[in-house]
Amino acid sequence: MTDALNARAEILGRIRSALGRDGSLPSAQQAWQAIPREYKLAGQLNPARRMDLFVDRLHDYGVHVTHCRSHAIAAAIAERFRARNKRTILVPREIDQTWLSEAEEDIHFLTDESLSYEQLDHCDGVLTGCVLGIAETGTLGISHGSANGRRALTLIPDYHLCVIDANSVMETVPEAFQALEAYKDRPITLISGPSATADIEMTRIQGVHGPRVLDVLIAG
Amino acid sequence: MEMTTQQNLTADFPTAAIPLLHDEQLRANVRHATDVIQEKRFVRTTEIPDWQPLRDAGQKIRAHVLANLDVYLEQFEARCSAAGGHVHWARDTAEANRIIAALAQNSTGRAIKIKSITTEELELNRALEAGGIQAIETDLAELIVQLGHDRPSHICVPALHKNRHQVRELFVREMNLPYLGDQPEDLTKAARLYLREKFLTTPVAISGANFLIAETGGVCIVESEGNGRMCLTLPQTLITIAGIEKVIPRFRDLDVLLQVLPRSATGERMNPYNSIWTGIYPNDGPREFHVVLLDNRRTEVLADPEGRETLQCIRCGACQNACPVYRQTGGHAYNSVYAGPIGAILTPQLASMQKGQSLPYASSLCGACYEVCPVKINIPEVLIHLRGKIVAAKPKPARAFDPEAIAMRAMQWIFQSETRLKLAQKFGRIAQRPFIRASGWIERLPGMLGGWTKSRDLRPLPPQSFREWFAQRNASRGRHD
Repeated sequence: MTDALNARAEILGRIRSALGRDGSLPSAQQAWQAIPREYKLAGQLNPARRMDLFVDRLHDYGVHVTHCRSHAIAAAIAERFRARNKRTILVPREIDQTWLSEAEEDIHFLTDESLSYEQLDHCDGVLTGCVLGIAETGTLGISHGSANGRRALTLIPDYHLCVIDANSVMETVPEAFQALEAYKDRPITLISGPSATADIEMTRIQGVHGPRVLDVLIAG
Repeated sequence: MEMTTQQNLTADFPTAAIPLLHDEQLRANVRHATDVIQEKRFVRTTEIPDWQPLRDAGQKIRAHVLANLDVYLEQFEARCSAAGGHVHWARDTAEANRIIAALAQNSTGRAIKIKSITTEELELNRALEAGGIQAIETDLAELIVQLGHDRPSHICVPALHKNRHQVRELFVREMNLPYLGDQPEDLTKAARLYLREKFLTTPVAISGANFLIAETGGVCIVESEGNGRMCLTLPQTLITIAGIEKVIPRFRDLDVLLQVLPRSATGERMNPYNSIWTGIYPNDGPREFHVVLLDNRRTEVLADPEGRETLQCIRCGACQNACPVYRQTGGHAYNSVYAGPIGAILTPQLASMQKGQSLPYASSLCGACYEVCPVKINIPEVLIHLRGKIVAAKPKPARAFDPEAIAMRAMQWIFQSETRLKLAQKFGRIAQRPFIRASGWIERLPGMLGGWTKSRDLRPLPPQSFREWFAQRNASRGRHD
């Protein structure tokens, strides 16, 4: 271990001599606070315009968007799975059970009780919520654990239906990061459209390793 | 045999550029890709009203990190460890490779990888192979590069020098898919099938990092395909390698960096996936998580106040797309894992100015790179600073007889007097005549001047100088003004 300790001490020593000072946290903190942030922090749109922007940006990524009233989420979810012809749907353990109430025999919800990756791979799709949306970029913010499940759930299945509360859509990225502060010790995934690549001749192809199809249901 | 594998890997930039400049296919591929990204980037950076304030903040955040690098690295280490991660420090590439190869040992003999230019810097795949571990690249472009025994040529789009037909040929051969189509959809699907089982069964993954968050001990990875999420979620062990400069102060700083990076890199409002995680979690993701912090002479760059800003780089590749030199040659001419303008300043500094000395000259100093840089690295200024260092390092007698130095002294003498300049221009116009080709370009100059035309064509002196034109114009219009 002495070698490892040496490397650490040596690198930190080189940094301190390069900077010609011995750093102390309080001064770094003050300097950080003094960084000018003249970019747009808060949004200016009214809720209706903000929602229009969010939907427009989602469409831009090829996301299929549907709306429903807050009391009709379960019916809208069932309808979406039928429209997509998805039958075996993975759900996180702590998902809001009322969301599942309108599915009949044709849709089978499979709760994630430590399923293997192979089992996840054999599902038709996954249903989760999310903690926020970003209108300017068409982004869904997922904090993993609890109602949104572990990270593998929204990754391995080929289809993802994400339910978002209309009130949780923010306009700007800085507003979203302010809200995400509350979740920063959990894993966070920001999702903007289905997985994609432009590696071959800069032609954008949707659907690589993550879900190839992403649907968003906006409730409220 | 691929063109690129035949290249002389120790050649200086002008020499390495020659075969590439004659590869029409490569130049067409590079031109197309850089044009597309530049156009998208332009749209995405002009549609928001606060692009310049975002760049200002990005620059300030990154410069602030460098000025407090020790503080933030120690903070990152403490928080990451508290969350169950293991932090390692590596002074150089050999040390980093040793640490990673030991951690990556597993019964399958395989490790999956997320695209990471830092692992290219380490030549990690070779080191892993020596340790009995086969590294599998999972980013589509990196997979193309790996299967073709090729080298990456761009930070963000490492296989932009290959077109769809070339990729198809490669996949047909390497994946044994004789009936594969050549549409990008077909090729992408082939890569998905090829990698799926590897994602689900390989117990070790290796990644780079876009940002290390000092405040939380978290790591952020920015990607599009989902291969990154696969690697950092499914295996039992995750090893992340990051240059020491990748740290950022706080979680909140991502509100700037995750705006400027995707818009600059791929011209997207946001890339499909950003993953942020801190250490390990029960029942979610790897059970073991390691971060290797790499110095490899970054501290030397930090010690040079005029070169230091190089370390602000967030690896978006915008400078490469904008550079008129890179756009002609592509990335391979730089003979370095870091190509384009950022490579021209980073490579020689990371080699204590012992390698890549020709790279600071691989630029016309036009400033396009500075203009697009999302964290406002003044690349032209650093280029000039490094040129100065290279000249100063030459022994004095050699400097006196250097053709460039002689030419500069002659220029200085000519520019000091109007008469001399006029005479020189007249002489030049006559002397150049035998060298002007039918195309209207000078393609080869004789003697010592030949160095200039080795890898570039030259416009001849125009028939009339500006001063002559101006005098004539005044003479003909003079009385009416």
